[in-house]
Amino acid sequence: MNDIKILDTVERYIRGEMTPDERLYFEQLRKSNQEVDQLVVEHTLFLQQMNRFGEWKNFKQALHDTHLNLSEQGKINSNKLKGKAKVVYMWKKYKRVTAIAATIAGITTVAISALVWSVTPKTDTNELENLKRKLTVQEHKTNQIQSDLNHVKDKVNTSVTSPVSLPIQFKSGGTGFLIDGNGLMITNAHIVKNSKNIRVVNSKGDQFNAFVVRLDVLRDVAIIKIDDDAFKPFTSLPYGIRKTNSDIAEPIFTLGYPRDEIVYGEGYLSAKTGFKGDTLSCQISIAANPGNSGGPIFNHDGEVIGILSAKETEAEGTVFAVQSKYIYQVLDELKKNPLYKSVKMPVRSNISSLEKTQQVKKIQDFIFMVKGD
Amino acid sequence: MKGDINEKDLLQGLARSDRKAIETIYRENYNMIQSLIINNSGSTDDAKDIFQEAMIVLYEKVRSGSFELNCLIKTYVYSVSRRLWLKRLQQMNHYAPALESLQDTVPVEDEIEENDRINNEFQAMDKAISSLGEPCKSLLEAYYLEKKNMQEIALSFGYTNADNAKNQKYKCLMRLKKIFFAKYKNGNGNE
Repeated sequence: MNDIKILDTVERYIRGEMTPDERLYFEQLRKSNQEVDQLVVEHTLFLQQMNRFGEWKNFKQALHDTHLNLSEQGKINSNKLKGKAKVVYMWKKYKRVTAIAATIAGITTVAISALVWSVTPKTDTNELENLKRKLTVQEHKTNQIQSDLNHVKDKVNTSVTSPVSLPIQFKSGGTGFLIDGNGLMITNAHIVKNSKNIRVVNSKGDQFNAFVVRLDVLRDVAIIKIDDDAFKPFTSLPYGIRKTNSDIAEPIFTLGYPRDEIVYGEGYLSAKTGFKGDTLSCQISIAANPGNSGGPIFNHDGEVIGILSAKETEAEGTVFAVQSKYIYQVLDELKKNPLYKSVKMPVRSNISSLEKTQQVKKIQDFIFMVKGD
Repeated sequence: MKGDINEKDLLQGLARSDRKAIETIYRENYNMIQSLIINNSGSTDDAKDIFQEAMIVLYEKVRSGSFELNCLIKTYVYSVSRRLWLKRLQQMNHYAPALESLQDTVPVEDEIEENDRINNEFQAMDKAISSLGEPCKSLLEAYYLEKKNMQEIALSFGYTNADNAKNQKYKCLMRLKKIFFAKYKNGNGNE
């Protein structure tokens, strides 16, 4: 009870509710009594804090009320977002989510179309480009026009028709290589299959007539024979034709006639099968151009491991070659013909120990440009 | 010049918790803050919280007496709100966007720190009073916050006389002061 009374007194003192006499008396009590003084100080602090707390609370309440009032009166926008504001608000709130969703959708779309593209069976047409060369016939044409004119002139002058031998127009060109010293030569079937006249040109520019002796369109291998008095048979060939398969990553090189001059190119064996798993051929990585078709693919020992035949049009540097073992098969079929019974292909290369430049020097005389009309 | 006088009146009104002043400041600034918050991945509720906190900062500042506002109320409220919202975003571990200022801002770091301190204190007080339970809570609030006299309180709380009410209030007060000074000493001990 005493404590309650003291506190009551202290509160009255702090609030200034005392009469002057009472106040004087209390202040003297404060000075004399340490405990009372302590209580006054403590309680003053507490009351101050309580007052501020009360005001803070009231102010908060006032703010809350004001907010309600103003939104009810529509003087501030507050919760009721309408129309455009709502759309903008939703957009702001979800734009990150939207962006992420859009990105995922985009990636998925691309992935699916890539998948579909890769799974869809591709049409064979035009994807493989046979590397035969369209020969320039402009010169021949000019010659022909000239001779036609002469012919007409002759006709006018003599009124006598005489047979005129026209120069042959060679439309396709490729490469070929000898497989025996007497002029048997391997090239691609697609170069010569529609040709009546075939002419081969060696690296020095000498031309010889030739004809087809065996055509295997499926394997894309043709055997042609040089039939020209000017051709001097060789006693032996520097390279051999490999009977077995070669290994992936084996360095290879080729010689061919993408232009009128012999051109060297090198690369490596990329895969043991050819276009879409074709077991007749193999995939190589080499720079090849129209005209390289029919050219031999040599390994570093100077053995022929294939015949360059085609390249994928969609991908640069993806080239296919007929595996060399099929040369043997085609030749075996040819040997059924009594005329060619005794043909022997060289199996061993005798340039395996040479430097590549030396190998090429030895080989190039046996590589010919093949032209067909 | 008219604007200046108006602003001064508003601030003085605010210091007195004058409803009219509060309403005017509220009406003139709320929408601006709401668009700031909403444009920076907040909701309308966030906007309300932030704006009201900014108002409290302003209120505490004008009440401190030593306050001289050397910018517009608008600029001040905007600066405080912006700072508060950035802080809130960081606390939510949200990626903190570079809140580009559409307006001039004034440095408000000190006030916000002070505001945090006061907030913590008052929230602790609120919690302490609530923890006393009834009837202490209502009794103390009626006496110390609403400043009713003991006769009124005895009547409305159903005590037979003021002395009984005083007795009960004293017990409650002792409990509250115990909590309050424990916290207060802890708070001071840190300094």
